[in-house]
Amino acid sequence: MSTHIEQLLQRDSFIERGARSRARALLDAGTMRELAGPFERLHSPWLALQQLVTSADDGVVVAKGLLDGHPTVVLAIEGAYQGGSMGEIGCAKIAGSLELAARDNRRGIPTRAVILFETGGVRLQEANLGLAGIAEIQAAVVDLRRYQPVIGVSAGTVGCYGGMSIVAGLCSYLVLTREARLGLNGPLVIEQEAGVAEFDAKKRALIWGLTGGEQRAATGLADACVQDDTLEVKATVARLFAQGLPKQHRSERADDFLARLARVDTAEQPAPEDVRNIYQQGDA
Amino acid sequence: MEKMEFAFDAGQPASGRTVAGVVASGDLEVLLEPGQPGRTTVAVQTSVDGYGATWTSLLERVLGPGSLPAARIEINDNGATPGVVRMRIEQAFEEAAQESNAGGNTP
Repeated sequence: MSTHIEQLLQRDSFIERGARSRARALLDAGTMRELAGPFERLHSPWLALQQLVTSADDGVVVAKGLLDGHPTVVLAIEGAYQGGSMGEIGCAKIAGSLELAARDNRRGIPTRAVILFETGGVRLQEANLGLAGIAEIQAAVVDLRRYQPVIGVSAGTVGCYGGMSIVAGLCSYLVLTREARLGLNGPLVIEQEAGVAEFDAKKRALIWGLTGGEQRAATGLADACVQDDTLEVKATVARLFAQGLPKQHRSERADDFLARLARVDTAEQPAPEDVRNIYQQGDA
Repeated sequence: MEKMEFAFDAGQPASGRTVAGVVASGDLEVLLEPGQPGRTTVAVQTSVDGYGATWTSLLERVLGPGSLPAARIEINDNGATPGVVRMRIEQAFEEAAQESNAGGNTP
């Protein structure tokens, strides 16, 4: 027990870092260069009109540098700003970076990308512009992953929801911690739309049991569930990059996942173990 | 949301630029860049209305003595307490000084 506490105290938490610090930690020491950073003052033009305080980087950090010696761009979403919601500017920063990384590859520079998801999805105050931006990100991920793996990481505590969970699903590899959650709709949204009998958003064990990092890795919707440890996150990302492109991207196996879903009995709420059993049975 | 602007006497221009903090609940973001020699300007954007007097006295206490380097400061505040505001401003000055020593880029 005491050694466990000792380990906890010595661990360099990834979750406790902000977006900029996470990006810096993933890149090799001294190689990070921020693009479209806060001093470019790319504020959201829409939030101030709605009497909301803007952030000079719109909650997205674009960091270029080397990861394990290879040219890499890290796109880090700041979950503490507006719940990591994606507006016009933040989306444009991510989509533009991915597009430039793909262009690099076409020109012989093997730039790779890591996206750090800490987001509830689209920023409701920017509505359609955010949705259009997320669609651009999705298209850009699919373009770039033809050349290099695109790796998604969600460490928590916000997790990854909404349109950005689809982006996570398009990534070549996805790394989560136990604290992270991944889902299309958040617990509160499900409860609001389908009723408390369908999903009780107050039951934390249920939320993490069904949508937490451990469960998502066990059901094949994520590739790794790691400790909240900066070194482990970086090592896992480097290991997955070293594997190269997967034979088949997860999103290309949608039919397999749909077949598994079809076997779920929706008459009763499945327990996390039931879902694991179904997903681990393999393809029908 | 309320916007305010302030100006103070200051020393020589700050030697680097930096951003400290995040516009999170109860927190703020301080962007600090070198200013004109002898003059520090502060542009505040805050989510909480009606605290102009508190901002005036807080900034007066930190920047009023005029001993800090001259800087162009932008504050984007999401309801931080005065103590947090003060710490973030001081953090920004400290990091800007380190930035210039390290000769690095923005954090």
